[in-house]
Amino acid sequence: MTRKKRRLIILLASGVCLGSAAALTLSAFNDSIVFFVAPSDVGTKAPAPGRTFRLGGLVEAGSVERTRLGGKPGARFRVTDGGAAVPVEYVGILPDLFREGQGVVALGTLRADGVFMAAEVLAKHDETYMPKEVADALKKSGHWNPDQGPPPPAATWNTLTAPKNGG
Amino acid sequence: MRGGPDITRAAHGRKLPEPARLQTAPARDYVGGVDATLSRSPQPVRNLHRFANPGRFLRISGRLLPPLAVAAAILTAAGFAWGLFFAPADWQQGDSVRIMYVHVPAAWLASSGYVALAVCSVLSLVWRHPLADLAAVEIGPVGAGFAALCLATGSLWGKPTWGAWWVWDARLTSMLVLFFLYLGHVALVRAFDDPQRGYRAGAILALVGVVDLPIIKFSVDWWNTLHQPSTITLTGAPSMYVGMLWPLLICALGFTLGFAAIVTARLRAAVMERRIRALLMARARESG
Repeated sequence: MTRKKRRLIILLASGVCLGSAAALTLSAFNDSIVFFVAPSDVGTKAPAPGRTFRLGGLVEAGSVERTRLGGKPGARFRVTDGGAAVPVEYVGILPDLFREGQGVVALGTLRADGVFMAAEVLAKHDETYMPKEVADALKKSGHWNPDQGPPPPAATWNTLTAPKNGG
Repeated sequence: MRGGPDITRAAHGRKLPEPARLQTAPARDYVGGVDATLSRSPQPVRNLHRFANPGRFLRISGRLLPPLAVAAAILTAAGFAWGLFFAPADWQQGDSVRIMYVHVPAAWLASSGYVALAVCSVLSLVWRHPLADLAAVEIGPVGAGFAALCLATGSLWGKPTWGAWWVWDARLTSMLVLFFLYLGHVALVRAFDDPQRGYRAGAILALVGVVDLPIIKFSVDWWNTLHQPSTITLTGAPSMYVGMLWPLLICALGFTLGFAAIVTARLRAAVMERRIRALLMARARESG
């Protein structure tokens, strides 16, 4: 065995060891690496009351009620992932992108009555990028109602509009 | 290139304490050396070493660099102009979507620059490729710059879109780790009086850090994150309007050529610097 070959084998062996160590570590910490808990997991896993965690999902269509809570501007809405929905109360200014059907991540605690008291609400942007004209066209043609969730698959709209505008 | 392994081999032989091994080790190594260079030398290795010749590198890169730099400048300028002034705004993000034309190419280049750093480190550790040592040293600061650009522009986009400058989700954190890996490499390769030891330590650090690359790439798929998943995938149609996609791809190509041009220019300077130092040393030895 030449020195080069030996060095290469040592390198590959270390790589395999390091890779599996990293994979095992990451899978062991899997639950704490997630940024937020989905509403259906709140129902099953039930974090201890009073424990701060992040709740993530879509703002349920027709659930947003902008109101004053304790004399300050706030909002009540429900966060859903299709399976379950959690009612949320938030006092403060909502981000610009907040709307029904938008992904949001709220930081707060679960009250004993099952209402999530949010201290911070972040808007989660999805991986879709489309100009206003395309969004309007999809809405008008009935292909997409933004209140109901993410837009249809890109293949259905991205090729249709491309030739018209010269790409 | 023959000089490198011979020196280490001699040093290695001298370090062995037991007399018995002292006798056998050089003989075995000599056979090994003959094996590697004459009888069993595989073609790819010999081809690889063609590029280890610094003189050849200076000749080829000198011819390549001007067109590379010009193409990078033209493509980046065209991509920015298209993206910042002519591409449509996003229906939801508005004009802040234009940050993407800097952020996404910077992120891609920070990651692929690290791949280049890792390849140089393998060449350096296994084949003792002298040009790869220098290339790794020169890639470090450039990659760190692109990673910093990615983090800064991402923060500027995060505030108006998410409502936060920074969150500790898996994608953002792993990207920050990549930035620190670059900084660590930059510091480590320069931390030794003997540059060879610095190259060795830096190469090991760079290869350990490779673990972070799949974490960055797949963080948005493995765990839920605030950062959105990939828009452009190998399997499906990109969920980005084509009028935004084209300028993004042009910017990415411009950034790639720019990265290559900056690293090539730095590497040329490093090779010439080393030559000058060698000449000065030789002259000092002659006169002294």
